Amino acid sequence: MVKVRIWGSLAAFTGDRTEVEVEAGNLRELLDGLAADFPGLRPQLDRGVSVAIDGRVYNDSWFTPIEPDSEVVLLSRLKGG
Amino acid sequence: MSNIHVTTTINGDSVEYLCAPEETLLDVLRDRLGMTGSKEGCGTGDCGACSVTVDGRLVCSCLMLGAEAEGREIATIEGMAAGEVLHPLQRKFLEHAALQCGICTPGILVAAKALLEKNPDPSEEETRYWLAGNLCRCTGYDKVIRAVMDAAAEMREAS
Amino acid sequence: MALDKNPETARSFKLVGTRPLRPDGIDKVTGRARFGADMSAPGMLVGRVLRSPHAHARIVSIDTSRAEALQGVKAIVTRADFPAEVPEAVADILDNCMAGRTAFYDGHAVAAVAASSAAVARKALKLIEVTYEILPHVTDVDAAMRPDAPVLHPGRADESVPEGTPGNVISRVQYGHGDPETGFAEADRVVERSFRTAATHQGYIEPHACLATMGADGQADLWCCTQGHYMVRGTCAAILGIEAGQLRVTASEIGGGFGGKTTVFLEPVALALARKAGRPVKMVMSREEVLRASGPTASTSIDVKIGMTKDGRITGAAAELRYQGGAYPGSPVEMGTMSAFAPYDLKNVRTVGWDVVTNRPKQAAYRAPGAPMAAFAVESVVDELARGFGLDPLDVRLKNAAREGTRSSYGPTFPAIGLEATLRAAKDHPHWSAPLGEGQGRGVACGFWFNFGGDTCVSLNVNPDGTVSLSEGNPDIGGSRASMTMMAAEELGIPYEQVRTVIADTASLGQNEVTDGSRVTFAVGLATIEAARAAKRVMCERAAMVWGIDPEAVIWEDGAAKPAGPNAGKFEPMTLADIAAIASNTGGPIAGHHEVNAEGAGVSFGTHIVDTEIDRDTGAVKILRYTVFQDAGCAVHPAYVEGQFQGGAVQGIGWALNEEYIYGEDGVLQNPGFLDYRVPVASDLPMIDTMILEIPNPGHPYGVRGVGETPIVPPLAAIANSVADAAGIRMTDLPMSPPKVLAALQAGAAGN
Repeated sequence: MVKVRIWGSLAAFTGDRTEVEVEAGNLRELLDGLAADFPGLRPQLDRGVSVAIDGRVYNDSWFTPIEPDSEVVLLSRLKGG
Repeated sequence: MSNIHVTTTINGDSVEYLCAPEETLLDVLRDRLGMTGSKEGCGTGDCGACSVTVDGRLVCSCLMLGAEAEGREIATIEGMAAGEVLHPLQRKFLEHAALQCGICTPGILVAAKALLEKNPDPSEEETRYWLAGNLCRCTGYDKVIRAVMDAAAEMREAS
Repeated sequence: MALDKNPETARSFKLVGTRPLRPDGIDKVTGRARFGADMSAPGMLVGRVLRSPHAHARIVSIDTSRAEALQGVKAIVTRADFPAEVPEAVADILDNCMAGRTAFYDGHAVAAVAASSAAVARKALKLIEVTYEILPHVTDVDAAMRPDAPVLHPGRADESVPEGTPGNVISRVQYGHGDPETGFAEADRVVERSFRTAATHQGYIEPHACLATMGADGQADLWCCTQGHYMVRGTCAAILGIEAGQLRVTASEIGGGFGGKTTVFLEPVALALARKAGRPVKMVMSREEVLRASGPTASTSIDVKIGMTKDGRITGAAAELRYQGGAYPGSPVEMGTMSAFAPYDLKNVRTVGWDVVTNRPKQAAYRAPGAPMAAFAVESVVDELARGFGLDPLDVRLKNAAREGTRSSYGPTFPAIGLEATLRAAKDHPHWSAPLGEGQGRGVACGFWFNFGGDTCVSLNVNPDGTVSLSEGNPDIGGSRASMTMMAAEELGIPYEQVRTVIADTASLGQNEVTDGSRVTFAVGLATIEAARAAKRVMCERAAMVWGIDPEAVIWEDGAAKPAGPNAGKFEPMTLADIAAIASNTGGPIAGHHEVNAEGAGVSFGTHIVDTEIDRDTGAVKILRYTVFQDAGCAVHPAYVEGQFQGGAVQGIGWALNEEYIYGEDGVLQNPGFLDYRVPVASDLPMIDTMILEIPNPGHPYGVRGVGETPIVPPLAAIANSVADAAGIRMTDLPMSPPKVLAALQAGAAGN
């Protein structure tokens, strides 16, 4: 299981928890797992998120490995100028 | 309304063209003569990207009519280098990395050349005020000012 | 993935870190470089856009018959000429390029014409008759959040918005950890202040421009100034309902973007006109159109509350941020909410952001989107607290600085970061200790930006004569051809002059993310290095074939293949040129390429110091001295890194002191020109000093970290803090234009 920190306003869809556990070995499994366990997150996941894995930000790379002890944080999708 | 026939000199060459009475010199240069080195950043004389000299005087070519060029001597960025030999200002702009995107560069070079022809030894403040009519959004002007002052120093030594 | 397992951060470079002349330089100083508006095509028509004069109006009807009858008019398009249904991802973009039933802001496109000349096109626009039903409008963010405000898009609020929230609020986001209230209770002083920042425009000197050709068979070519021609291709194809593969987009030289050219405005319209007219169509915006109808940034209203102990420890921090992003959802409030407190190590922090729509042009990204305004508010309050306790504002920042292992205010734990290094560099710099004159002040502020990577393709071809051609897919907006050329030459061990870098069109390389997020030197640089490494592997194989030894026994060193050691055999090194010359004999042309989604970019921090002087008679703020300290990871071409620092700082100075969108009661933009929308000019400024710190980014083979965006984050607060130091006035409403400063000075005098 991977611990995932989500941002505060998403807790409305996870039973007020800002940290949830998901079975995942990579980014794709993480996003699929979140959508399956917490359907209320789906609209936001569909709009797009970024994910910080051990302090580095990933947007799309499905097969980025996630270790069980990785720090995983869900972030609003980053956009730059 | 019928077009006006104009005979003028651009970068030392005799040039003839027809233009509409309301057409700016900038439009003539860019659209009729294919000289796209002068840029239109605003069309209202505020940004200096279209700077040229007319009889040696610095002008925003977007504020002058093409018809007004009759009998004048126009100098544009295209005439600044002598063949493959860059003008010292052009060389110094490259050496100092005084351009990022480069859209304002032709206008600034034309304006800086006009400055150095008037004042071969400008202070930093004089350079800044002279170039205040040329907007650059990329560089913060630091390297532009350094390049102009360095070119001036080199040109003084050479003369 | 981008993380290099063996970062060569300790290596010594031959080229990286030097300052060669940029390869596109001569074109750009002689006027030869071709920007968006510099292209023409045989039989080309001139395209012009008719724009709404109203802030908010229902479009009852558009009658184009009189315009169509005008001689020289070849095509007119309205929304009816675009598909009724487009993919959701581009629906708002289409509506922004060409209004549907409603014009949402002053300047919103409602029709466009292609004609034989500019004069005919202008005349035709006047003959198009649009019947409007004027609707009530709102342009201010706080006004738009009131329950009685006219609502732009009923029902667009997403699931994050609580029931009963006024209708222009589209989304709500909250970040943080701990409990700010607990933190405030531990503080010796709590300061709570509200701030406002005006919308500013990216202000690139080159207006949007494009030249489109489209045949009845659906094949199309587009030339345009953009930060990402692949984005243009995808967006236009989706909007027009054509196949992306049939649309070839070529990026012109780009005359500045700063985020403002990361979307489309004219391009789909030009393609639609070209299709309808059967002729090439060129469109160029006027400056007025750029300001009225292309993306400014959000205007904001922000409340910040921070508690601090008297020894300078921040105990609790909270902020509420309201950003209006114009007529469509998507202001950068999320990134403001995430970045607001990023420079600090906080136990108790909470930020809440609201995305709000108003009757203004849709905001576009602007250099570190969303961050400068948030940093302005937070850094002002930190400064006020520090000054209130008589503490050195740099010491207070050092005491609270985020560092490796800090749980950031937006969630992730920071890896090695450079904030503390920039603060220490600032403290040790002569600027910080230089004496100030009477009536002068000094301010400091920190800034943060995320940076990112994204899809990237690079192709490197070894030519028969031993030169190298490098193709990349990101427009060169500030010297990136030079840095790519340097990295390729460095990796290959050949002279800089032996490599030429071009920006390929969309048919020549795979997908490339837009030039944004400070990604190019990081991501394209990474792909360039990998492409060069791939070519080196091929060249080593070719040498091995010639020598009749195992490819594993060949290494690449100083621009040549060499036997790996004495056991490999004794052979004279074969240079790149030697191997290139026999490429046909050893298997064919030699190339290397790399395609990657370069994720995992490193975050960036900067600290700025600024001295100001206030003219007490006019309220004008003069910038006396300015120094930027920022971590670049590894500065490939230091002159262009300095240029990013300087340019970003000066855009921030403009935002702080002069630039603002001014709307009248009628919702019409009152200052759509460079005379009244005043960007900094040379005489406003001193030299901008820079100090580049190099703390290598482990996610890049050479340690490169994006640098472009962070420099615009600190200036707003640094200048406000400097003004507070100089005149004892706390400016909370940007810009700090002379009338506002004068009023604050007079109010301060009256209060004393």
